[in-house]
Amino acid sequence: MSEARVPVLEVSGVTKAYGDRQVLRGIDLAVAEHEAIALIGASGSGKSTLLRCIDLLEEIDDGDVFLDGEVITDPSVSPPGVRKRLGMVFQAFNLFPHMSVLDNVVLAPTRAHGAAKAEAADRARELLARFGLEGREHDYPDRLSGGQQQRVAIVRALATRPRALLLDEITSALDPELVGEVLSLVSDLKDGGMTMLIATHEMGFAREVADEVCFLHAGEIVERGSADKMFGEPEHPETQRFLRRLLDAGRL
Amino acid sequence: MDGRRRRRSGAVLSATTLTRQEERAAAKRRRARRGALIAAASTIAFFGIVIALVVTAPGWDEVKTTFLDWHDFKKALPDLLKGFWLDIKLFVIVECCVLVLALVLALIRSTRTPALFPLRLVSTVFTDVMRGLPVVLLVYTIGFGVPALSLHGLPTDPLVLGGIALALAYSGYVAEVFRSGISSVHPSQMAGALALGLTRAQAMRHVILPQAIRRVIPPLLNDFIALQKDVALVSFLGPIEAFRVAQIEASSNFIFTPIVGAGLLYLCVTIPMTRWVDHLQNKERRVRGVAEVSA
Repeated sequence: MSEARVPVLEVSGVTKAYGDRQVLRGIDLAVAEHEAIALIGASGSGKSTLLRCIDLLEEIDDGDVFLDGEVITDPSVSPPGVRKRLGMVFQAFNLFPHMSVLDNVVLAPTRAHGAAKAEAADRARELLARFGLEGREHDYPDRLSGGQQQRVAIVRALATRPRALLLDEITSALDPELVGEVLSLVSDLKDGGMTMLIATHEMGFAREVADEVCFLHAGEIVERGSADKMFGEPEHPETQRFLRRLLDAGRL
Repeated sequence: MDGRRRRRSGAVLSATTLTRQEERAAAKRRRARRGALIAAASTIAFFGIVIALVVTAPGWDEVKTTFLDWHDFKKALPDLLKGFWLDIKLFVIVECCVLVLALVLALIRSTRTPALFPLRLVSTVFTDVMRGLPVVLLVYTIGFGVPALSLHGLPTDPLVLGGIALALAYSGYVAEVFRSGISSVHPSQMAGALALGLTRAQAMRHVILPQAIRRVIPPLLNDFIALQKDVALVSFLGPIEAFRVAQIEASSNFIFTPIVGAGLLYLCVTIPMTRWVDHLQNKERRVRGVAEVSA
């Protein structure tokens, strides 16, 4: 029975090159419902590109991506329809600086999903309050701390009730003391059953949240497994080298 | 620490001794006073020399009677104002057309849709040609060329034709201003909007354009002011606007005061326009500041 369940996201044999540079070399990956998978690896290993390809912000060269069993990377599929069902959070927040926090959150529900303005605003306020952003609705993003901005970005992605969240190194642009407030929010989402694919440099966080950890090296997943196995007894020499470097840098 | 205590007790002992802080403040005041004095002196000297040069020039009296005669000015003012009112009406109408046409051109040039390639080509050629030609040449060509076609349904009113010529010429410039604004918005904003499920058109409308337009308000204003002045070019086609009024006076009576008067009228509009936009931009900034305080 559980075998027949279709994963929310499935990536199959995806390749992507920028000119001569091969960024993804045949990625296979499946994220089941309520599951969180962490993508780790050095900068330039292809984590971000993979997430952008899944959200159709980049076009893949070969392979396929499936959302709830439907292929979404076929040229005949309309990208906005797919992106409506996914939520993406970026490293640099990508909030819209000319809109208040509330307008940032309400934009997609009203414009892309056709929700009524009042209804969308109610839900936005409720989400903002749940994530500790009460009273910030009418502020502009540049008046918020980095951690608050990133939480708004997460709320914005959640406002459309996505099937899965794609988190692209969401704490890499934050001051160290602000990382915790964002990561604890993601942990809460995981506890709430959100399906997530998370590119991250925060190994402690990956260990805590991820059901599976995938190590990317030069556009390939060279090793994958449970967090305990990946951080406890990594097998692949590249994984070992990567974790050793983090350990030496005091990041583990 | 010891030294500081000694100095302070010294100040208490003798009232005439200044503390370090007071000394510094006094020095700062002296410097400021000296700076203001120097600025005032050099300003007076500069303008004094310029005025002396002009007033002692051999032709000054003649210039004064032809260019700066109060009586002539008062006499010409009603006609000048009537002409200038025409300038303003024309400017406002042309400006609205320019904003719409330029935005359309900029949007066409910012799309990547293959189906729009011919339109993109047309708008690129259009902006290049319009920016490459002297405005006066366009005014002449359209003002005299279009009626010469004798095609039924085409406007023949020189005012309308002059307006069209100005609108076309300035659309070329303003389209480039809009386009530079659009391309100055970071690509991550488009990515953020698309990731939310917005279409490209929606992303452009709600996310990119509002930011782009805010950024180009100052250069846009420069083009407004230039247009406001170039409206005088339609006088070549016949309409009696402010410059034309002054020109008639100058050529028939050799009186140039009305030209100075027309110049003043232009300044009366262009300078407040600049200040007004500055004010708008400041207000925008203040609104954000207030949002922070009230939170």
